[in-house]
Amino acid sequence: MGDAQEKIRVLIAKAGLDGHDRGAKVVARALRDAGMEVIYTGLRQTPEMITEAALQEDVQVVGLSILSGAHMTLVPKVKKMLKEQGLENVKLFLGGIIPDEDKRELEKLGVAGIYGPGTSTQVIIEDIQNACQ
Amino acid sequence: MPVTDPKEILKGERLAISRALTQIENSTQEGYQLLEELFPHTGKAHLIGVTGAPGTGKSTLVNQLAYHYRRTEGGEKAPRLAVIAVDPTSPFSGGALLGDRVRMQDLAGDPGVFVRSMASRGSLGGLAAATANLVQVFDAAGYEIIIIETVGAGQAEVDIASLAHSTIVVEAPGLGDEIQTIKAGILEIADILVVNKSDKPGADHTLRALRSMLTLSQPHPEDIAHHGPAQQATQPTNDLPSSLWSTPVLPTISTIGEGFPELIAELANHLDYLRTSGEWQRREEKRLKNELEMLLRDTLRTRWENKISATKYQYTLDRVVTRKLTPWKAVQVLLEGAGL
Ligand SMILES: Nc1nc2c(ncn2[C@@H]2O[C@H](COP(=O)(O)OP(=O)(O)OP(=O)(O)O)[C@@H](O)[C@H]2O)c(=O)[nH]1
Ligand SMILES: [Mg+2]
Repeated sequence: MGDAQEKIRVLIAKAGLDGHDRGAKVVARALRDAGMEVIYTGLRQTPEMITEAALQEDVQVVGLSILSGAHMTLVPKVKKMLKEQGLENVKLFLGGIIPDEDKRELEKLGVAGIYGPGTSTQVIIEDIQNACQ
Repeated sequence: MPVTDPKEILKGERLAISRALTQIENSTQEGYQLLEELFPHTGKAHLIGVTGAPGTGKSTLVNQLAYHYRRTEGGEKAPRLAVIAVDPTSPFSGGALLGDRVRMQDLAGDPGVFVRSMASRGSLGGLAAATANLVQVFDAAGYEIIIIETVGAGQAEVDIASLAHSTIVVEAPGLGDEIQTIKAGILEIADILVVNKSDKPGADHTLRALRSMLTLSQPHPEDIAHHGPAQQATQPTNDLPSSLWSTPVLPTISTIGEGFPELIAELANHLDYLRTSGEWQRREEKRLKNELEMLLRDTLRTRWENKISATKYQYTLDRVVTRKLTPWKAVQVLLEGAGL
């Protein structure tokens, strides 16, 4: 067996019922181009599906894209389910239009990064790299 | 990160399995030790390779195949099933976009199914060896069926075929001139040929074209009965027609699940054929021999590299470049210099 080689593995999931994933795909490609292994799961992922995929793929990071406004119900649920599966070390990042007060609350819950529309992918890349050190 | 206990893997603990897969993919010492512990528990699973050109519907097909396997009729116990979906690593960034799960949504929530995406990376010893290592984890953990999806691209395809017991090659109609797109070599690695997207125009044509190509390339049973092919001379003679496998060509529509009971029946036939003809044993032997030889080569090389100094190597290379030493003599010098 050769030299150890580690890669940052990231799950990108689109949660909620709204139907487009352009932003999530842009981020997924940018992360790949930054050398990460990105598992893309597609639209309408429930917290159960996200947790199961995170478990099977052994990712360090879950990136959630939520545009439906349901972040205050979905994010705590994902967070809780990850913990139940022994995945409390997985870092949770969130993309979407999140009001400031929700932001503060989600950060208190332990969300590692929250990004609004138009965030430079470079910022997201660096935050993930720092979180995974 | 706590060290993974191999007992947890043997019990089928999903978190332990998942972490083990990562350690093994990363070629860590822990991963290596886990493989050592797991190896005696492997060799039971039916490995099914699914390959074919990009976009032919491999992932969608794997989704349906697994879904149908999990819903066997007549009260039979459904097999536990693992999927390894391999996608290429970008040679520029070293990253990868692994998107096969998108098409496997019907498997979500089934605790008897485990889907793992894998990037091809720059695998030392080739993709087949890296994949074979992941397969061992699932095999030891009691997954009875392991499906491996790879994009058909030259050597990778052939390598994976040598790892799998049964290889399904997926074609789709409407890729222009079918005969052109059906690459040479594909017929040799296919145990079962599938024409997916049979809802599309041209499917009948593709089916017919493939079937006629197969009749041309495969020996007729009567010919063998009369002459006997050379490579079968040393095999135990078995007069049952099942001793000769002729590749079936099946239509499927993966988006709606049509053709899958038939595909599962053919996979069962093929497994039967492998077992009764002695081919199962022969393939296992060949695969393990390849693996052993590859390991031996890598190990010898590493050992040699650790013993020879860079300056000695450079000095010898320089002498070859200036034609003072032949490459053959140089090899002798370098081996002796390492005490080998
Ligand atoms: N009409 C039709 N479309 C299909 C069928 N099977 C798959 N597709 C579609 O074909 C497209 C590609 O399917 P995938 O399963 O991702 O194909 P793949 O071979 O795994 O693709 P790569 O992994 O990228 O090589 C998707 O849009 C599927 O919905 C089918 O039987 N009929
Ligand atoms: Mg695919």
